[in-house]
Amino acid sequence: MVLSNSPITFWAGYAKFKSNIRPSSRVSPPPSGPLPSVPIAVGCRSLVFELQHTVQLRSSVPPMADASAQQSSRSRDLDKLLLRPGHLVGPAFEPGTELRDDLQEYARILVVGAGGLGCELLKDLALSGFRNLEVIDMDRIEVSNLNRQFLFRLEDVGKPKAEVAAKRVMERVSGVNIVPHFCRIEEKELEFYSEFSIIVLGLDSIEARSYINAVACGFLEYDNNDNPREETMKPMVDGGTEGFKGHARVILPGTTPCFECTIWLFPPQVKFPLCTLAETPRTAAHCIEYAHLIKWDEAHIGKTFDPDNPEHMQWVYSEAAKRAELFGIPGVTYTLTQGVVKNIIPAIASTNAIISAACALETLKIASGCSKTLSNYLTYNGVEGLHTKVTEFVRDKDCLVCGPGIFIELDTSVTLKMFIDQLEDHPKLLMSGASVSYRGKNLYLKAPPVLEEMTRSNLSIPLLNLMDKSPNGIVHVTGTAGKGDKRQSCSRKLRVSFKGVGGITDTDMAGGA
Amino acid sequence: MLIIFLSRQALYTTITMIRLFKVKEKQKEEAKNATGNGPFKKQSAGELRLHKDITELNLPKSCTISFPSGKDNLMTFEITIKPDEGYYMGGKFLFTFNVCGIYPHEAPKVKCKTKVYHPNIDLEGNVCLNILREDWKPVLNINTIVYGLYHLFTEPNHEDPLNHEAADVLRDNPKVFASKVRTAMAGGRVGDTFFTKCI
Repeated sequence: MVLSNSPITFWAGYAKFKSNIRPSSRVSPPPSGPLPSVPIAVGCRSLVFELQHTVQLRSSVPPMADASAQQSSRSRDLDKLLLRPGHLVGPAFEPGTELRDDLQEYARILVVGAGGLGCELLKDLALSGFRNLEVIDMDRIEVSNLNRQFLFRLEDVGKPKAEVAAKRVMERVSGVNIVPHFCRIEEKELEFYSEFSIIVLGLDSIEARSYINAVACGFLEYDNNDNPREETMKPMVDGGTEGFKGHARVILPGTTPCFECTIWLFPPQVKFPLCTLAETPRTAAHCIEYAHLIKWDEAHIGKTFDPDNPEHMQWVYSEAAKRAELFGIPGVTYTLTQGVVKNIIPAIASTNAIISAACALETLKIASGCSKTLSNYLTYNGVEGLHTKVTEFVRDKDCLVCGPGIFIELDTSVTLKMFIDQLEDHPKLLMSGASVSYRGKNLYLKAPPVLEEMTRSNLSIPLLNLMDKSPNGIVHVTGTAGKGDKRQSCSRKLRVSFKGVGGITDTDMAGGA
Repeated sequence: MLIIFLSRQALYTTITMIRLFKVKEKQKEEAKNATGNGPFKKQSAGELRLHKDITELNLPKSCTISFPSGKDNLMTFEITIKPDEGYYMGGKFLFTFNVCGIYPHEAPKVKCKTKVYHPNIDLEGNVCLNILREDWKPVLNINTIVYGLYHLFTEPNHEDPLNHEAADVLRDNPKVFASKVRTAMAGGRVGDTFFTKCI
């Protein structure tokens, strides 16, 4: 892959999209101009570009043209996937116009993040026939976003990303409705997330992914044979990019590994030893981290550093520059300071386009069954030439977040103490000295003594009462489990159900992780 | 590329979600009164792992733990170390631990709240301990960190200085270092710095 071509690709894409915003614009030629110089980008985006092209044709239809003709023109390429049978389709695929209409009417997609991936995702999903989209993002638009977050203009700087992105795509793609949410993902109730058919992630942090994963897996229920109930499964499609590298993955909780099952895939963050920063800085990054981690606290007692405050960043930059001069180290710039402090990796527009096209396609596949879904983790590397691979990762059977846990049925009179004693004899657990928590409340902690004392009084209380009289729920236990030499400490998830309460003993929440 | 995506497929996925969505949307329209489980605190995977770390703590006698935020928030806690040997014997040092939601993928943030004259702890409470930064691994745990901190008091190390002056004195003249440590712990002045009494 010729790297120098990438900017051309993205400027070409950017300009084209922009020019088409104007309703009066002429139909642009098919996107075959500068694009083939980067074959991968063209290939990956083919579906989306084809759809985009369809929309361009649609806009050329005179306003008085027959509505149905418009409709068929608009979905011409999508129809090739949705109306015709095929041998690569999903098992329950039923092609037909009803499927297309249902996708428009009933599929509700949440896009998490309205940044580099989010902009692409909204555009791709809107052009793939989804009509009900929502987007959530807590950030405002910055000048440095404009090179790749193509829904934003210079005059949008400072406005919420979610709101502008939703507005721009709605202006551009008729019929699509996008509801923006300008807030943190943690601010929304669980009910908010439960409303969606599929959650698509365009995020840049492990924390945020981990949170959404816990929420989505929390909806999953298992039947008494430890099989996931399909109707409670909340599929996720996760995209991620770092420079010329990216991944797209499909998470079907209970079926494919969840984010926590494979969290070890993420390389540890590079951290410099503090003493190196303080004593023997060798690189520009060392100088910046010194100013950020050590010098800031010295100079601003009690005031926390805010990476989004330009004054704070400027202060760190100037301190870093002074230190770099002292040690004769070149290369400290304001941009690098931002990069090091906020852990920013340069984003490449074409990588975002490729990854989001893959994610949008998977979303369409999950929803419609028009093709079997990716199984289950696609990696893309465009650093040198091109490498792409699909790996089928496996679930962690004991995953505390998405796993079924161990089913335990109890009498309503069982106290916490009796419950803990029962765990010792449970054939699947054989757990002694258990500590117990329920929905973030620590019911009993065996150790350390200070916590044992605080929780001891719960031991004589019926577990049902401690679980807010809920007929069933997820309880986490930690203790020493197993037999003989294999005894080891572990955490386990339990699906607790009480006999004869609420009339439902066969429905067991898997979530609560 | 499209061909690659299509040809390497799941062999087992059995759902056509749209039928499900349709049923669900219709159910929602029909019965909006359905009361699900009320909102509750979402426990992160990091919290669950920390829970395990905490209940398995096996602290040396000289270390104690406390939870200022109560029994249901273990993500912030305090460790008090009272070294029973070495330069810092008799002193009492307080450390705060802040654990994030993706623990143990990321190390806890540890600060020393007691001002201390120490080559590896600066006057702002930053601690130079390898397992807190460059050598952190998810297999390590809270216990490892506490032992690491304890070790800093029994074996202060002049090779990884955060307090340069203290490191130089320790290297060049351990006896002077010992007396400066005693002065600082007793609540005195070392160089230009006042230390509060911690003995």
